[in-house]
Amino acid sequence: MTLDVARAVDDDMDGGRDPYAAAGTVGPEEGNETVYTLSGGDWDEIAQELASAEDGEPVEERIVVNMGPQHPSTHGVLRLVVETEGETVTEVRCGIGFLHTGIEKNLEYRNWTQGCTFVTRMDYTTPFYQEVAYCLAVEKLLGVEDQVPERASVIRVLLMELNRIASHMVCIATGGMEMGALSAMIFGFRERELVLDIFEMITGLRMNHAFIRPGGVAQDLPPGAVDKIREFLALMPERMKDIEALCNENPIFKGRTEGVGYLDLTGCMALGITGPVLRATGLPHDLRKSQPYCGYEGYDFDVVTWDTSDCYGRYRIRMDEVRQSLRIVEQCLEKLKPGPVMIEDKKIAWPAQLALGGDGMGNSLDHIRHIMGESMEALIHHFKLVTEGFRVPPGQVYVGIESPKGELGCHAVSDGGTRPYRVHFRDPSFNNLQAVSAMSEGGMIADLIVAVASIDPVMGGVDR
Amino acid sequence: MSENLPELPQPLAEQAAEVVAVRRGMFGGSGSSGDTSGYGRLVRTIEFPGQSPRPYGGYFDEVENELFGALDERDLAPEAAIEKVVVHRGQLTFHVRREHLLEVARTLRDDPALRYELCLGVSGVHLPGDTGRELQILVPLLSITHNRRVHLAVGCPDEDPHIPSLTPVYPATDWHEREAWDMFGIVFDGHPALTRILMPDDWPGHPQRKDYPLGGIPVEFKGAQIPSPDQRRSYR
Amino acid sequence: MGIEEKVPSGFLLSTVEGLAGYMRKGSLWPATFGLACCAIEMMATGAGRYDLARFGMEVFRASPRQADLMIVAGRVSQKMAPVLRQIYDQMPNPKWVLSMGVCASSGGMFNNYAIVQGVDHVVPVDIYLPGCPPRPEMLMDAIIKLHEEIQKTPLGVDRVAAARAAEEAALKALPTIEMKGLLRP
Repeated sequence: MTLDVARAVDDDMDGGRDPYAAAGTVGPEEGNETVYTLSGGDWDEIAQELASAEDGEPVEERIVVNMGPQHPSTHGVLRLVVETEGETVTEVRCGIGFLHTGIEKNLEYRNWTQGCTFVTRMDYTTPFYQEVAYCLAVEKLLGVEDQVPERASVIRVLLMELNRIASHMVCIATGGMEMGALSAMIFGFRERELVLDIFEMITGLRMNHAFIRPGGVAQDLPPGAVDKIREFLALMPERMKDIEALCNENPIFKGRTEGVGYLDLTGCMALGITGPVLRATGLPHDLRKSQPYCGYEGYDFDVVTWDTSDCYGRYRIRMDEVRQSLRIVEQCLEKLKPGPVMIEDKKIAWPAQLALGGDGMGNSLDHIRHIMGESMEALIHHFKLVTEGFRVPPGQVYVGIESPKGELGCHAVSDGGTRPYRVHFRDPSFNNLQAVSAMSEGGMIADLIVAVASIDPVMGGVDR
Repeated sequence: MSENLPELPQPLAEQAAEVVAVRRGMFGGSGSSGDTSGYGRLVRTIEFPGQSPRPYGGYFDEVENELFGALDERDLAPEAAIEKVVVHRGQLTFHVRREHLLEVARTLRDDPALRYELCLGVSGVHLPGDTGRELQILVPLLSITHNRRVHLAVGCPDEDPHIPSLTPVYPATDWHEREAWDMFGIVFDGHPALTRILMPDDWPGHPQRKDYPLGGIPVEFKGAQIPSPDQRRSYR
Repeated sequence: MGIEEKVPSGFLLSTVEGLAGYMRKGSLWPATFGLACCAIEMMATGAGRYDLARFGMEVFRASPRQADLMIVAGRVSQKMAPVLRQIYDQMPNPKWVLSMGVCASSGGMFNNYAIVQGVDHVVPVDIYLPGCPPRPEMLMDAIIKLHEEIQKTPLGVDRVAAARAAEEAALKALPTIEMKGLLRP
């Protein structure tokens, strides 16, 4: 039931006549009349409400709208319960959990190495980050963090930064689509396809790779990967110019994003927000610089900040972060030196010798000859690792890395066995979504959409 | 700094390792096939690391001194609030008694030398073998000003699963505590709206507890089936 | 469903069937039901490189009232299942369901308390598409196969006969675990 109360204000010079009134009815006298326009609802209810408000106070109708889990603009299965007054949002609450998969409980019934396949699917736009956080936590529990070979760390950084580019492209694409800028969507996904081609060449899959294993990475880079990445590096800056030309100075884009979704530093600190939302307030907090992991201290890149704390700032930060990631990828290619990609300790190292045979990808024939004919230890290691898995000493650790959305933390608890006892992920989107209320109450419904898009929540990570 | 080490209170120094579980045998799973490995009589006690000996190394000593000093200033005896201090794998964890959790958190947030502004959530663990402290939470904190991390660990028994809520000190823990309630059944006293967040609102039980089954169904093949992952025989 | 139901069986009916099927498959509008990782691959299928628009399908209708095909892309959790059913019920006939990915088809790798083990527990599925996630080309292949099925949809008397036959087959069918013999019958 909606109820609009229109005061007969004579601002369109028609003599104060209500355009919806039937012809011939008595018009308002001296502009004192209150005109009610109704659209639907039970007449008795409406009449009662009007009667109770006869003292001249307008009937305030606040409507609770459910922007339900199935919605093209809510960035995934997010329920936004919005109480509106006209177009203004007076209260908004998020309902999450529609994608809760119980991944953390599933992890307790799998090996430490098999955990990578599950963990990858939490935040599905940034699969490598979950894998790295998990593997860093496992390696920390094992105490072997400094034994991970350098080439493996460089490959991890390379894949992570490419993933950052892909994730920001998805954010800009879907954000643009939610605002109505469909070209941004086409551009963003086009760029992402380039990155996914590289992933497919290196890991075999476009998404959800399970490539980074505790101890290193699953396989070495195939021949031709470095050249493909160099081609990508040459092509990408031009493509970025397309999106920048479309959005950066676009008055409609700026009108929709400037001043929208404002969350200053106090708000961010109170709500534990990290990532582009925090950097948009001007604070240059980036875990890659302050608490480096995987060799990030050896790379030369800038932490991008903006000072407006609004959606436009976050968009600009993401675009600039893509450029910084391209810088890092280039440095990774320089740093790649021939070497092992898996830890030396054979009791942990996943037997990472896969090769393309006549019937597809499988253990390389060299590896099979080695374990069957040459070394008994290798056979035993292969067998024990694949059936039982390695054992991790009891304890608990928390490892935080800088994912494109904020700080992704992995809290891993081991009880000395071959399976994780408890793995909990502190997902940045889960935390950052708490800011939706603070950002959009008092604004308009359209601004709510833009604010949510600028937080860039991925519901797989939120709900796990 | 090392000349200014305060007197180490006795109870902290004597905290032994925390026994988390006692495992018998090598294989789990419900007696589907006999255990012929010969490891059936194996008894292993699983222990988490206990109180670490001082000095801890790095900035950990400084943090402990500051925290104990600040707690003293607020008339809270450190050994009453902090059960033990564990340094494991390069990470500092204060095991805090739940009655004093808010005070400790406030001190960590407000004291200028500590300044842990960012709370990174509340992560629950269910350890059924650790009598008296079955439900535990880990609260990682990050200080941006000093670039340091610290963890707070709080435990509570199954029979009385109440922990004071950190939302007055760190509003960021709002949803994290709801998730811990939803998944483990830990009631956070003082939380503004402790409701289920991941499961449907009327879901019975708390899924991540160890006594809650995985809930999978057997995988059907033609003429055979494989039981769900928690039913299968597996290494412990 | 007026005239096409009343046409007598024979040459006229098969022409009408062909025409109606062609029209329906030519602009089959999907409803946005992207849930998880498969949703990103579905968006990629609609984007520039693997263009769904060449099959008349790039308008992903937000409102189920205007949609024909519901592509359930991603894992359906217990909390989401009622919503899924409601969206399905809101779609007008004729409607089809494509369950994309292993999580939608059978619960996938998540054999646990939180995921519905196959959306066919909730909605009737016309075509299953395995993959984790399925490549855009695989999704297009499934859609084209569904198009061929739609092209062959019987109408009128033929439909009644087809429904009877399907019912009899379903009554005679064995559950998977009872099936014996070779893998590919």
